[in-house]
Amino acid sequence: MNINIILIAIVVVVAAFALYLYNSLISTRFKVREAFSHIDVQLKRRADLIPNLVETVKGYAKHEKAVFEKVTEMRSRLLEAKGAEEKAKVNNMLSDTLKSLFAVAENYPALRASENFKELQEELSDTENKIAYARQFYNSNVLDYNTKLEIFPNVIFARLFNFKPAEFFAATDAEKKEIKVNF
Amino acid sequence: MNIYSAISSNKWKTWIIMVLFVVFITTLVYVLAKAFGFNLSLVGFSFIIAGLMSLGSYYYSDKLVLATAGAQKVSKAEYPEYYRIVENLALGSGLPMPKIYVINDPSPNAFATGRSPKNAVVCATTGLLSALSEIELEGVIAHELSHIKNLDVRLMAIVAILVGSVAILADIFMRSLWFSGNNRDNRGNQIFLIIGVVFAILSPIIATLIQLAVSRKREFLADASGSLLTRYPEGLASALEKISKSRIPLRTANNATAHLFISNPFGKTSHFLSSLFNTHPPIEERIKILRSM
Repeated sequence: MNINIILIAIVVVVAAFALYLYNSLISTRFKVREAFSHIDVQLKRRADLIPNLVETVKGYAKHEKAVFEKVTEMRSRLLEAKGAEEKAKVNNMLSDTLKSLFAVAENYPALRASENFKELQEELSDTENKIAYARQFYNSNVLDYNTKLEIFPNVIFARLFNFKPAEFFAATDAEKKEIKVNF
Repeated sequence: MNIYSAISSNKWKTWIIMVLFVVFITTLVYVLAKAFGFNLSLVGFSFIIAGLMSLGSYYYSDKLVLATAGAQKVSKAEYPEYYRIVENLALGSGLPMPKIYVINDPSPNAFATGRSPKNAVVCATTGLLSALSEIELEGVIAHELSHIKNLDVRLMAIVAILVGSVAILADIFMRSLWFSGNNRDNRGNQIFLIIGVVFAILSPIIATLIQLAVSRKREFLADASGSLLTRYPEGLASALEKISKSRIPLRTANNATAHLFISNPFGKTSHFLSSLFNTHPPIEERIKILRSM
């Protein structure tokens, strides 16, 4: 008799904990998704700026076809990419190809002087900053969520409910290097 | 104190301040009505008025604060750099984009207000915007956004209006005490005298109340979480250094709104009441902590 009561009490406590954990995992996962949508908006904006940029550079440097093709290809790959990890990877590759595009632009003084080009360059660097900030917020949310999944005893229930850890959005290689500040 | 305990303690304190205000005003009117034999229905009337003021301050305190500070809403086109910094840091902290305001004043200072992150406002003086570099301004804005995230802004705006209005009344009545010493025959003066004495006794209590509500810890917490956002504490440290070196007082600040600002808006001049109401930890200490991060 007594043992039955104890067993029932244990089941109730475990069930209550599982319910609480399930709900809190759901709401944390929503936060992660919401945070990722901020990155997505900026990635989209970046992709939208690129055709304009390519057209502008083309107007001054017709012969650099290889660079244009690479940039355009990376842009469409970014639009097709799925998941945080892949998007981060393609975004970084796009950054590299853009670098070579800007290196090409260096050789054309008339292009560098054009207002349109300057504006696009500024917009792009603003978007890159925004991606960096959105990434910071997203990654801290992922860290919270993944920690919640992995700690004991949550890990047992999380596996049971089939919650998967979220992917981090990795920083670009250039950003990982130490930044030197000169005053 | 971490962010989560700060948020829940801010919610509690907001309610306590709102209730205390109603209790205080009603008690004061009751005592006066008893002393001068007024009709006691006045007490019920003042209870309703104080209740409405308290509720109203929940929704409108931020607008009142902005109006008394003389702040103007500005657009992206007018202040692109300022706008961009707020936009980026809001992204980084996961807050919705706050509205941005500017006070046309050479004294460098800033504050944030609003009843929730969705209705938040960041406000900087033109003096601040011209004196600071981009990195320093980022530090200051990140500090203000942390206040928004912690819900400090709601509590501080309500404190500014409710406790502040009592503080301003106290100031007025205490001044009238010194100047109305000559003719004590008429009844009006007597009332003023009594209220003045009451407020003279209450003033330090009110000041303590503000101190309790806007504990100095919140400035340190906002400094710390702001630095976590920018990943560069030196930016805020050198901004605070520049702000503290300026001796220009902010014209539109008063005892009620002083605690909202990132640093004491009265400059270095300290008069008895303002040192009583001093809600800011010494800026040197904040800089020292930021530099050791």
